[in-house]
Amino acid sequence: MQKPALDIHLEIRSTIDIVTARQHGREMAMELGFAGSEITLIAAAISEIARNILDHAKRGEITFAVVVRHARRCLQIVAQDRGPGIADIPKAMQYGYSTRGGLGVGLPGAKWLMDEFEIESNLGEGTKVTMRKYIKNGNQQSTSAR
Amino acid sequence: MQVPILKQGSYLIASIQSVLSDADMLQLRDDLAVKVGSYRARGVIIDVTVLDVIDSFATRTLRNIAHMLNLRGADTVIVGIQPEVAFAMVQLGLTLEGVGTALDLEEGLAFLDQKTKHHAKAGA
Repeated sequence: MQKPALDIHLEIRSTIDIVTARQHGREMAMELGFAGSEITLIAAAISEIARNILDHAKRGEITFAVVVRHARRCLQIVAQDRGPGIADIPKAMQYGYSTRGGLGVGLPGAKWLMDEFEIESNLGEGTKVTMRKYIKNGNQQSTSAR
Repeated sequence: MQVPILKQGSYLIASIQSVLSDADMLQLRDDLAVKVGSYRARGVIIDVTVLDVIDSFATRTLRNIAHMLNLRGADTVIVGIQPEVAFAMVQLGLTLEGVGTALDLEEGLAFLDQKTKHHAKAGA
């Protein structure tokens, strides 16, 4: 398999791009040595935030990078759009809350799947979601408890 | 990528061959709603073995498909959800409430046989 490029930007403009972003995230996670179940969690989180871009902002981009935080390497995924922004972030992060007839799972769900999740939004300017999953060392115990 | 829909007795089998976009999922929903009528199918199996992720949209669409087909008089069973996919769905709090699920195609057929037999009895 071709080695995925690091620090890559992907445009999100159609539902096909959700699939592309998810597959890129999957390949990167695999390359970084994440376990199979973690790879699926990462792919699912990407799916949710990519769809959030499409549904609310029509277009945006997702950036993948490997960063070091607290002396540990992690896969960082940033989803950014210049859409309408979120008026009430705590409400948007409530499980089951949706403004468009969805399940209201997207953002809170993505937060559960990842180790870290940050969201910044300004009305009329857009939304930026940053999420990270730490790369676990071989014999380290799982820290997936939430 | 269109999902092939095969007829097997009074059942339809939708065998997903590759990862699907949202648009493909909606197409599958519309195709099944029509084909259940044209083939007079009593049951539908949707094989999702190849799906690497079942996210909130896919879950909602699968639920909608099952409810639509139920209104058209057919039972639906989803087969082949992979262990990692099931794990991620649980983490996301996603459920396929009101939708039949089975391990694989064989179990799915047995599930539908059971269901349709039950209906036939109830209707007698």
